[in-house]
Amino acid sequence: MNTVTPFIRAMNAIIWKDLAAEWRSREMVSAMLVFALLDIFIFNFALELNPQVRASLTSGILWVTLAFAGTLGLNRSMAVEKDRGCLDGLLLAPVDRTAIYFGKTIGNLVFMLLVAAIIVPIYSVLYNVNLFNLGLIAIIILGAWGYVSVGTLLASMTVQARTRDVLLPVLLFPVAIPLLVAAVKASGGFLDGSAISDIAPWLNILVVYDVVFTAVAFMVFDYVVEE
Amino acid sequence: MSDSKSRWLILLDIVTIVLFFGAVGMVFFYAPLEASMGIVQKVFYFHTASFWTGMLGFVFSMVAGIIYLRTHDHKWDIVGLAGIEIGLVFCLIGVITGSIWAYPAWNTWWTWDPRLTTVTIMELAYFAYLMLRAGIEDPERRARFGAVYAIVAFISVPLTFFSIRMFNTIHPVVIGSSDPGAAGTFAMTSKMTTVFMFALLAYTFLFADLFWHRIRLGRLADKVEQKKLKLSE
Repeated sequence: MNTVTPFIRAMNAIIWKDLAAEWRSREMVSAMLVFALLDIFIFNFALELNPQVRASLTSGILWVTLAFAGTLGLNRSMAVEKDRGCLDGLLLAPVDRTAIYFGKTIGNLVFMLLVAAIIVPIYSVLYNVNLFNLGLIAIIILGAWGYVSVGTLLASMTVQARTRDVLLPVLLFPVAIPLLVAAVKASGGFLDGSAISDIAPWLNILVVYDVVFTAVAFMVFDYVVEE
Repeated sequence: MSDSKSRWLILLDIVTIVLFFGAVGMVFFYAPLEASMGIVQKVFYFHTASFWTGMLGFVFSMVAGIIYLRTHDHKWDIVGLAGIEIGLVFCLIGVITGSIWAYPAWNTWWTWDPRLTTVTIMELAYFAYLMLRAGIEDPERRARFGAVYAIVAFISVPLTFFSIRMFNTIHPVVIGSSDPGAAGTFAMTSKMTTVFMFALLAYTFLFADLFWHRIRLGRLADKVEQKKLKLSE
């Protein structure tokens, strides 16, 4: 009995391909991790993170770090497809092209969450704060989804441009600002223990952003990869 | 289409010039002096009208982007690019005129108000659009990616606005309801409203005129490109 649609099967195949390739080379996640750690160290000295200052900055630092590391991963994940002609191979496959988009997006999401899952505990240890908070975890998942859903779409365009590595952050950050503002505020709210009614508006923006941009990417991805 | 300038475009040029100078004249000689801010307030007529023009450009570029993706007709790419270039210039004029007004009214050239911040982020997004286009040689692909990014950028603008608006705003809302916390707000007299509407009309004509010129320029550039290709063959 086959209950899985071809769409889901194609999507799963791409996710597994990315995970397996990453498991064998470990080049992308390790680069993102080292970069993220360096970010935190730079912030530490640039902002002189003494305990009073730190309390209000934690969520901001975490999100800037995740966003920068995420850009690195997004660039890499599409560049490997382009460089060895894999993207053309994928496009030749008789599957729905949005399955390719969702496969890549979920792969990127897994990598970004993996980096977050390592960075957040390290941050807690370095600064001796407890960041284990279900609200924060939910915000990281929502924020990372919005970020990779736009990021994967834009990265699949920028890899085909001449100035590709430079171009992705320039295209992505202005569009991702509402997401980052909402994610920083909502995470900060959860870490401060604010009432849920104070956090709800930011959560709304996050959810709206995720839904809107996933839908837009779903509609326009075909046009990005067609030849 | 012939290469020479159409008679309608020349007519539009003349009407636009007349309207524009009419608007300038009305702002300086017909509109009353605002009581508390004095002469600086006069920048308001062109400040708001510039953003109106800029937004028109961005709306057209998004619509052109959607139509381009559906039809793959190259002329819609020219329309989209024209809209964004005009939008960028007029939003920049809006920001600069706003700064000129803000210094006497708020005692600072810049504040992190949601409208100011949103407009600047929007400028950066559309500037990124030009960079994206500059990085792609194949005209067909450039048009496709441009259309996709024009849509994505346009959709992000309201979200940016709402996300930043949750910080307090001090920007006055002259049209529609006014926020009591806003600094530098004023009530428009009927004469001011007349001048304001006239300035909007003049800027709308200015937009149409520039838009037409820019589309015409895009088409001519295409023709030059094709002729160059023919020569090199």
